[in-house]
Amino acid sequence: MSEARIGVYVCHCGSNIAGTVDVAAVAKWAEDLPNVVVSRDYKFMCSSPGQEMIETDIKELGLTRVVVASCSPHLHEPTFRGACSRAGLNPYLFEMANIREQDSWVTTDQVEATKKAMSLVAAAVSRVAYQQPLESLFVPIDPNVLVVGGGVAGIQATLEIADSGRHVYLVEREPSIGGHMAQLDKTFPTLDCSACILTPKMTNAANHQNVTLFTWSEVEKVEGYVGNFTVTIRKRARYIDEPLCTGCGVCQEKCPKKVIDDVFEAGIGYRKAVYIPFPQAVPNTPVIDRDNCIFFEKGTCKACEKFCPTGAIKFDQEDEIITLKVGNIILATGYDLFDARRIPQYGYGRLENVFSSLEFERLTNAAGPTLGRVVLRDGVTVPKSVGIIHCVGSRDKNYNNYCSSICCMQSLKFAHMVKERTGAEVYEFYIDIRTPAKAYDEFYQKVLGEGTHFIRGRVAEVTDAARQPGEEGKLIIQAEDTLIGKQRRIPVDMVILSSGLEARADAKEVAIKFGISCSADEWFIEKHPKLDPVATMTDGVFVAGACQGPKDIPASVAQGSAAAARVMSLIGQGEVEIEAATAIVNEETCVGCQECIPSCPYGSIEFLEDKKKAHIIEALCKGCGTCVGTCLSKSITLRHFTDEQLVNEMIGAMQSMKLFEAQDLVIVE
Amino acid sequence: MVEPKIIGFLCNWCSYRGADTAGMARMKYPPNVKIIRVPCSGRISPELVLRSFREGADGVMVLGCHIGDCHYGTGNHRTAKRMPVLKKLLEYNGIEPERLCVDWVSAAEGEKFATLIREFTETIKALPPFVEVIK
Repeated sequence: MSEARIGVYVCHCGSNIAGTVDVAAVAKWAEDLPNVVVSRDYKFMCSSPGQEMIETDIKELGLTRVVVASCSPHLHEPTFRGACSRAGLNPYLFEMANIREQDSWVTTDQVEATKKAMSLVAAAVSRVAYQQPLESLFVPIDPNVLVVGGGVAGIQATLEIADSGRHVYLVEREPSIGGHMAQLDKTFPTLDCSACILTPKMTNAANHQNVTLFTWSEVEKVEGYVGNFTVTIRKRARYIDEPLCTGCGVCQEKCPKKVIDDVFEAGIGYRKAVYIPFPQAVPNTPVIDRDNCIFFEKGTCKACEKFCPTGAIKFDQEDEIITLKVGNIILATGYDLFDARRIPQYGYGRLENVFSSLEFERLTNAAGPTLGRVVLRDGVTVPKSVGIIHCVGSRDKNYNNYCSSICCMQSLKFAHMVKERTGAEVYEFYIDIRTPAKAYDEFYQKVLGEGTHFIRGRVAEVTDAARQPGEEGKLIIQAEDTLIGKQRRIPVDMVILSSGLEARADAKEVAIKFGISCSADEWFIEKHPKLDPVATMTDGVFVAGACQGPKDIPASVAQGSAAAARVMSLIGQGEVEIEAATAIVNEETCVGCQECIPSCPYGSIEFLEDKKKAHIIEALCKGCGTCVGTCLSKSITLRHFTDEQLVNEMIGAMQSMKLFEAQDLVIVE
Repeated sequence: MVEPKIIGFLCNWCSYRGADTAGMARMKYPPNVKIIRVPCSGRISPELVLRSFREGADGVMVLGCHIGDCHYGTGNHRTAKRMPVLKKLLEYNGIEPERLCVDWVSAAEGEKFATLIREFTETIKALPPFVEVIK
């Protein structure tokens, strides 16, 4: 590759790299590497002057290859590929050396870090000489969109896209859309009624001419790639003929089977075996819960069928499998509430009057089981004193290290509502009060002014074992008040646990289905935590709302809109660039053994019977290269990751390491 | 003690991002491993590992996504089958199989990545000097 003219650019990244790596020495050293024509260092290569430097050098010095040593290619490979393209250089003739995430940030010794940077640059220089220009494939984008999850984030995304004139398929696993927000009574900090602001949006989404709603449905399978996904949906049998059903509710009324509703009513209310989860449900079509229905259990009953005025009950209905074509997918699958039973010392599930936050939400909800009366579990007694415990399952190394972000504000809201509805004394047990968003701290000040007692300290236990006079028949909250340095025992009638948010129990499974990743806490991982918060590493799959991490309603709505904007921008482009790094078979050397065919995860390899050779269908190939590793006659090449390129990258690194072994590096200051 | 020279072949989607995660969390680990990014651990043909040893690597790491997490679905299944055979081949040729580290690192597992690098570097340091048998 004697004709290669390589330009090397070493980035300081402010002090992120230059603080540990002697970037000037790296640039100087790179000058002597084979085929290097120019080698420079600069403060911020990703800035416009940095990119212009590359563009100018390509044009003026006739560079045919470019190496940038800076951050991870996951961050700025597209940036520098763009700079090369603008200067007329094929973007696949660019290579990146990761000397930040994989060097300066992880190496303590400056000399060692500099040597490692030099090796990584040498590897990239050695590799880039063998890189070949590639042409990207452009494929049209299907303008239809799939939104998974009908909570507030999913609804927001759906409406934004539908309003722009594109068609949205909204899939929801529960019988109604609305998500957790539909369960709430009031929303902080404005205390406006949750249903009043959410239900119009739910109705709009369902009635929108550009929305097809699938409730009681789940995504079974996802195939394809950005612009061209094929999605299989299982629409579970409702045992109700939807077009015939008028939503009159007679079936629900006549059904003799009462079931504890542990989804919508959070376990404190009942529903029937045929039910509409709540009066404002969308769609207003009931579902027969097969596991609890007397007819499905014993073969007799059919009360609902007898009384249904339109004959809409269909016991023989079966699950429907629906296949959809979409170009983009937004996941807005939400969160699960931390199960406070996991902290036995707080007594949830054991002590009657310990409530979870969602139970309390249902208790205060005017449409809830007590019609909004704040009462103890007996259904009549109004509490005279209430303790609210923050950070249940959050900021706790035994459960979740993270802050669930909503619980402080939620607890303050609870304090306000208890005061308002019962006049009880309220004690908040907190670690820190975190009220960082707009008008949140003002709300805290307001609750402080209402006479709520704040005790700073993590609660040790909640017990009904009285030790002192005045504790009999009460729940005693034992905590250290860290502001006065004393143990305190506060007897109360009711305890509310402000439970944290956790990733959905099946988040991992969903992530695998859609080809995205989960963090250690199983939240979906975004492409970049700051600059690309709703995209994922899989093109065409976006995330919004609490499935990406704990968030309140405003943040979820913002993400719903953001994901919609990202999708609409892709649709607006009309076509999408597909990575050109696909595999190709050398028919001259292929022996037709067909070992590669089962190795391909995408079934993209066919066997040409006439030639007795393998053949890769380029449009199906995703460029993983598994066939290359499998091929026994070394007849498959993965473009941009060829043996020649990878071996030379390795040799570049090895040679420099051997060089440093032979001579001590002297850092020139 | 001579510092071991190690080549790491990391898949783009999980383990390379896991290495980035270790960086973002500023976890410290020895500088011995030079990382080569490949799309999938399934791309890592045995020849790439053998060639690294031939060029003088004291150790080679092959890191991929956890089974079930592969960005391409099943690419790493091949790695899981291929690499144990390669270890046997190394042993047959007089190369300690411990010189090849095969493991799974997710994008979130920065800590696991840093720990693997620390442990593998120590393992290689503890082995007798690598005799280049192939050359």
